[in-house]
Amino acid sequence: MKAPVSWIRELVELPADVTTEALTDRLTALGLKLEGIQSAGADLQGPLVVGKVLTKDPEPQKNGKVINWCTVDVGDANGTGEPQGIVCGAHNFEPGDLVVVVLPGGVLPGGFEISARKTYGHVSSGMICSVSELGIGEDHDGILVLPADAGRPGDDVFSLLGLDEEIIEFEINPDRAYALSLRGVAREAALGFGVPFLDPAEREVPAVDGAAWQVDVEDTVGCPVFAARLVSGFDPARPTPEVIKQRVEQAGMRSISLAVDITNYVMLELGQPIHGYDADKVVGALGVRRARDGERVTTLDDTDRELSTEDLVITDDSGPIGLAGVMGGATTEMSEATTRILIEAAHWDATSMFRTGKRHRLSSEAGKRNERGVDPLLPGVAADRVVELLVEHGGATAEPGFTLVGTAPQRPTITIETGLPARLSGIDISAMTTVEHLRAIGATVTEHESGAVEVVPPSWRPDVNEPYDLVEEVVRIVGYDQVPSILPRRATGRGLTRTQRLRRRIGRTLAGSGLVEVVSFPFVGEASFDKLGLAADDPLRTTVGLANPLSSEEPSYTTTLLPGLLEAAGRNIGRGATGVALFETGTVAFPSDSGPAPIYGVHTRPSEAELEKLFESLPIQPQHLAVVLAGERTRPGWWGAGADAAWSDALAVVRRLAGELGVTVQVTGAARMPWHPGRCAVISIDGVEIGHAGELHPGVCTSFGLPKRSAAVEIDLDALIAASVDVTPGPVFSTMPLAKEDVALVVDAAVPAALVEAALREGAGELLESVRLFDVYVGEQIEEGRKSLAFALRFRAPDRTLTDAETGAARDAAVAAAAERTGAVQR
Amino acid sequence: MSGPNTDYDPVEVAAVSPAEVEAARDAALAAIAAATDLERLKVVRSEHTGDRSPLALANREIGALPPQARKEAGQRIGQARGAVNQAFGARQAELEVEHEARILVEEAVDVTLPTDRDPVGSRHPLTTGAELIADIFVAMGWEVAEGPVIEAEWLNFDALNLGPDHPARTMQDTFWTDPGEDHLVLRTHTSPVQARTMLSRGVTDDAPIYVVCPGRVFRTDEYDATHSPMFHQVEGLAIDKDISMAHLKGTLDHFASQMFGEGITTRFRPSYFPFTEPSAEVDLVCFVCRGVNPEACRTCRGEGWIEWGGCGIVNPRVLQACGIDSSRYSGFAFGMGIDRTLMFRHGLEDLRTLFEGDVRFTTAFGSEL
Repeated sequence: MKAPVSWIRELVELPADVTTEALTDRLTALGLKLEGIQSAGADLQGPLVVGKVLTKDPEPQKNGKVINWCTVDVGDANGTGEPQGIVCGAHNFEPGDLVVVVLPGGVLPGGFEISARKTYGHVSSGMICSVSELGIGEDHDGILVLPADAGRPGDDVFSLLGLDEEIIEFEINPDRAYALSLRGVAREAALGFGVPFLDPAEREVPAVDGAAWQVDVEDTVGCPVFAARLVSGFDPARPTPEVIKQRVEQAGMRSISLAVDITNYVMLELGQPIHGYDADKVVGALGVRRARDGERVTTLDDTDRELSTEDLVITDDSGPIGLAGVMGGATTEMSEATTRILIEAAHWDATSMFRTGKRHRLSSEAGKRNERGVDPLLPGVAADRVVELLVEHGGATAEPGFTLVGTAPQRPTITIETGLPARLSGIDISAMTTVEHLRAIGATVTEHESGAVEVVPPSWRPDVNEPYDLVEEVVRIVGYDQVPSILPRRATGRGLTRTQRLRRRIGRTLAGSGLVEVVSFPFVGEASFDKLGLAADDPLRTTVGLANPLSSEEPSYTTTLLPGLLEAAGRNIGRGATGVALFETGTVAFPSDSGPAPIYGVHTRPSEAELEKLFESLPIQPQHLAVVLAGERTRPGWWGAGADAAWSDALAVVRRLAGELGVTVQVTGAARMPWHPGRCAVISIDGVEIGHAGELHPGVCTSFGLPKRSAAVEIDLDALIAASVDVTPGPVFSTMPLAKEDVALVVDAAVPAALVEAALREGAGELLESVRLFDVYVGEQIEEGRKSLAFALRFRAPDRTLTDAETGAARDAAVAAAAERTGAVQR
Repeated sequence: MSGPNTDYDPVEVAAVSPAEVEAARDAALAAIAAATDLERLKVVRSEHTGDRSPLALANREIGALPPQARKEAGQRIGQARGAVNQAFGARQAELEVEHEARILVEEAVDVTLPTDRDPVGSRHPLTTGAELIADIFVAMGWEVAEGPVIEAEWLNFDALNLGPDHPARTMQDTFWTDPGEDHLVLRTHTSPVQARTMLSRGVTDDAPIYVVCPGRVFRTDEYDATHSPMFHQVEGLAIDKDISMAHLKGTLDHFASQMFGEGITTRFRPSYFPFTEPSAEVDLVCFVCRGVNPEACRTCRGEGWIEWGGCGIVNPRVLQACGIDSSRYSGFAFGMGIDRTLMFRHGLEDLRTLFEGDVRFTTAFGSEL
């Protein structure tokens, strides 16, 4: 909402010393947020004065152009009182006309500095301006010729053209629809400064006789009040008076024609949208009803619209002639020939307006006000005001008759304890202050001895319906700056949950392992999955889709964190990184088959069963962790060579995390895209898969611009955390001497080392303290297709020093178990 | 060592003269003093104290002396040998110290060499920033609540007093899942977590609610330097007996001073949110200029204040939908953008740097947050 300051001041008796800044500060404190202050002539710098053209001599030039050598009376503005000689290229003015002259030293918009300069054989001392040169309009028709009575030569033009006007732009919240008008803004200013408000809606209107036009309102819910008036003898050729034109434009609307400008002017003034019809084009009675199936209407924006049976329409005998409250229709539009104007001002159901606007993607100044709620007492008043202005400026005659159908809906009576504002604000607000401020916003207050009061909110405040709404009104007038600052004292929380603590720990562990966290968008499309090389029937392709994705390429919520993460890794590599190690934790989503989420009422809490149904209807949304290790994992340097990331680094990350959380994970081989089929591990906990780790498939590395052999992990973080040890049992260990035995076992190359190790462990018995694989050998000394695994076995007894015989027996038992289970042969 | 010599020849005995012993001693002492390293000292030692050394030979002759001469000669030679041994021990210790010192000198390295063999990791400022905020509240006895990002429409809107035709629903352009009849949205704020908390816990006199809800939210904003379809919010909710705007102000002032420095406070401006009534916008004293000469301040752009978020007293309609007796309890709620907060706290020019995943961005934050 843009409001010219002079217009505000017309409606409120503001002291002259209240600056615009003071005004906006006060209004902001009341809830009308300042968006900005604009000055109409901000880009202009004087001297900019009225000039009277004395002479105008056309002088043809060699280039075919004709220029005018003029002398212009600018009064004393040039310091001499002598006529000013000015060269002008435009022709749409005559000697005797009043024009706008910028004198040397002035600056036009765009930083165009004016000085006396020689041109076409004359010294041109200034410039006669057009509307576009002044930056106040788009009219290119030539020089701005002022009305004959506009002023005297030498008069300052800033005030004359409203160029000294300051325009305040407010951000109006949905609950303050009344402030989408000068009436509303001025009312707040009056409230803010405690000065009288001059309500433009207070006017005598004629008696209702229904004689202006026949109006049949079929849908009184959608249209509780409909006012109509008629004028005739309107002169469509008359220009819009400068002040109306300026204000309409300053308020951000276009000046169109006198009649349209007047309806907009009154809407801006009062907040009531008004529609003017060419009465000669309206056939028969006006009607208000919901549209019927298949009906169409062409609106003023020349769009032919198919109507919904929920749309409210205005009809005449021809059918729908307008989309009620949102936009008028083309068939009854006022034109340059319109002399009889039928004026409509109606109160509409806000919800219906909102839905129609949304359905037709139509946003209009009228719709904006109607869907937020307009004062239902305004229609008759607004129509009368339009009539007044059409008569005054358009030479029209007000036809007798005033049609007003329906009555304004009743406002509710709200009972409020007078202590409530104090209690909810923490400010010491007396009962008296409460009552006083409620009256100040226009409410009718009836006091009761009990301490409660009955409040009927004003007609223009459809948003005020409950005690808390009244509290806000009282507190904003008292001032939000009065709210004291007190900490609540009763919070007794239990700290972070275990899951929250572990998630932090996981993040720190990963960062400590040299991984950098990234946050990427969870939107994916088929191309994302193609890039991962997923099969057409891969379960990860079954996603929760979005009805309105930002990009049709990525219409789904992701089922895997890898696309975003690998993109980020590729981006880093693309920007010159030689190695990158990233991790991300985030939600992935899998559709649940539990049907649509229910919508419950809001007047009571849903039952437990209902809530359960609601929660179950949501997609399954685990937290995942993904890691990518690409290129250099450790750097080369004076210490020697670096090392590139490999499949084993990915597994090391998983094991490190598992270790941190006290979880034992099992690792088995698997073939799973986007991993290398021979270098991918399934990670499980107690036989339940929680994810994968290993080297990425070479094709996937190529697709994402990653170095060969890049590795990645994706696991279900929730599952990992759920498996973490809650209370660690205290470890028991022996301090007796350690006995060492190393064994080298030759097995088939395909036998997993983990299997051999497990066999050793089991065979070694209770004396075994640890087993660690310390070497893998494949080569000349081993037959082809076999490998040698070297294990360090460590034995210790709880209560004695082991003898060589005991240790040897345990070792032999271990080797025997390995031989039996894996065919291992000791080297 | 030779045995006592009873059959001696006085002439021969004269060979062990005091002068010779002295000369041998002096020669040994001089050689020890002249030894400049341990190896040389070892040679000197065998030359002057070894079996073939003059003093050892002299000592061997003592037994051949007449008994009356033995004592004196024994004393003289013993003293000489003692002096030599002592000198040797002292020199040995001296040279060992020198040797060790020299080894340390020789082992010196260039400590300015780089040591960046292992990559440096870092958590994302959005994560650590959210944790910083959570910690401020946990320290006050609040808890951290969480909820799903794909949320039921009823929890994201209806339960929060955003009815199907509420104009505010257009203020928050929402991602809906397909098909729309599933009534699921990508949550547009973390407020549904507040609703979930109220629904699951309820409130009693003994168990009030004080929770913060940090999390990821979505709106259909085109992605540019200041807008993102995904961003992060932290919301707070307190429901207790006699909660007022004063408690809200106290809490936010505390939050502001913890996050931005001592003395940084907030101010309220009336605003509108469907879930709160009264509602307020909360501004923060600019933590850079602190309102002093804000004209030159790049952070608040001349305002002296920074828009931080929204807040208010929980609308009783919300309490009602979530099963809380609004005649007995009242509450406050607030919410602010974590991304936005980071942007002005760190002077970030482009929101997109948060989501690009460039490690140079993330690692720069180190452990500051």
